[in-house]
Amino acid sequence: MSRATLLVLADGRFPAGGHAHSGGAEAAVKAGLIRGAEGLEAFCRGRLHTVGLVSAALAAAAALGVDPVALDAAADARTPSLALRGASRKLGRQLMRAARATWPSGELDVLAREFPKGAHQPVVLGVTARAAGLGPEDAAYCSVYESVSGPAGATVRLLSLDPFDATGVVARLAPEMDRVVRSAVEAGREAVGGGVDVLPAASGPLLEIGAEVHAAWAVRLFAS
Amino acid sequence: MSTTGVRATARLTARADGRGDTALPVLESHGPLALRRTRGSGDEARVMLVGAMSGPLGGDRLAVEAEVGEGARLHLGSAAATIALPGQGKEDARYDVRVRVAAGGELRWLPEQLISACGSDLRVSTSLDLASGARLVFREEQVLGRAGEEPGRLSSRLTVRLDGRALLDQEVSCGPGAPGGWDGPAVLGGYRALGQLVVVRPEFAERAPEPRVLGEAATLTPLAGPAVLVSALAPDALLLRRVLEEALAGLDG
Repeated sequence: MSRATLLVLADGRFPAGGHAHSGGAEAAVKAGLIRGAEGLEAFCRGRLHTVGLVSAALAAAAALGVDPVALDAAADARTPSLALRGASRKLGRQLMRAARATWPSGELDVLAREFPKGAHQPVVLGVTARAAGLGPEDAAYCSVYESVSGPAGATVRLLSLDPFDATGVVARLAPEMDRVVRSAVEAGREAVGGGVDVLPAASGPLLEIGAEVHAAWAVRLFAS
Repeated sequence: MSTTGVRATARLTARADGRGDTALPVLESHGPLALRRTRGSGDEARVMLVGAMSGPLGGDRLAVEAEVGEGARLHLGSAAATIALPGQGKEDARYDVRVRVAAGGELRWLPEQLISACGSDLRVSTSLDLASGARLVFREEQVLGRAGEEPGRLSSRLTVRLDGRALLDQEVSCGPGAPGGWDGPAVLGGYRALGQLVVVRPEFAERAPEPRVLGEAATLTPLAGPAVLVSALAPDALLLRRVLEEALAGLDG
């Protein structure tokens, strides 16, 4: 694998549309659940071990060549919120456009044809990693990092939180991100022979509930 | 010290009897899991799960297996809340529910709460396999700790399959030793009661209910299939039950 290629894919400036999403932080801020760096850290930690782990495992499995159609269905079952399924497919579609332009590949073309409205973002991410010559660990790292850095960046805008504090939160979570990546890759490898049912299904009830509450607002800063 | 806990599997099978009623050809109680047929309404067979002992305790392996045949209607309730308690050893307890519902069959699974008492360690696995055309109402409620008590360790995975394909797959882990952030603003946020209500109906394929906000921490959302899920958090068991009952009444009405 190329470390430089990993940085290209993981870069927040990679044009995949992630900046428009807060990963549930906007709803949590409005509900008074995030008021500062401490609340942000607890939020990001919970997100990392639930949807972060699940997304990373899906991405790792896709990077290992597990059937993306089965993975997409597994993502549906693990995302009960209609609003979150919509956000994930939208992000998947945007990532697909950027990925096909950056790392043209037959597998990406097949996936795009199979899901014209967008496959789930972690599935597209895993297939993108394959196209870029990256491995399951790289895909899992991109996914896990995004699951934490997304809400941290959004909270800087939502609360005028000091960017140094927000970055400190993300940095403190690094050892836990490493552990989650290891579990995600292990689960992805199990899915190669054992099918998608063995993938983790950890959920955060407040993330699911908050996403539906957020989708019902008339005006919002972030798409999800 | 390691102790061997109780191992028990209760089984029941519901079949349409061909005369417009539901028969229970299998109704096997086992150990602490006692099944009692009670008066049902209409063509529905009603069964109560009566805990004959306290528990599950650490080390116990309890399971309930149910099968609902074509055209049969089964309503399962429980007589009291289930309380997960610590065992003498350090082993965790397991509680597995495995259910199959055939096409045209209907299951209403509405037990009382599961309470995770301080010091307990329980893993719950619920696997519901529905054939296409089956109907389901499934409720689960978890309460973290008895009144004024810290919760035990609890993880609960709920998998609903329709025609062999996962429709819902969710796992919640909480209590001491659970992955970080479980009591934070992404997961439980200090709430002490959580519940889910899954309703599967073939007619939802044509028209599923729209997503709805049901309260401060409760929503209804259509799943990717002919089903809806109500997710709710509440400060206590009573308030949680109220939200879930109102949601079910809304769907039944």
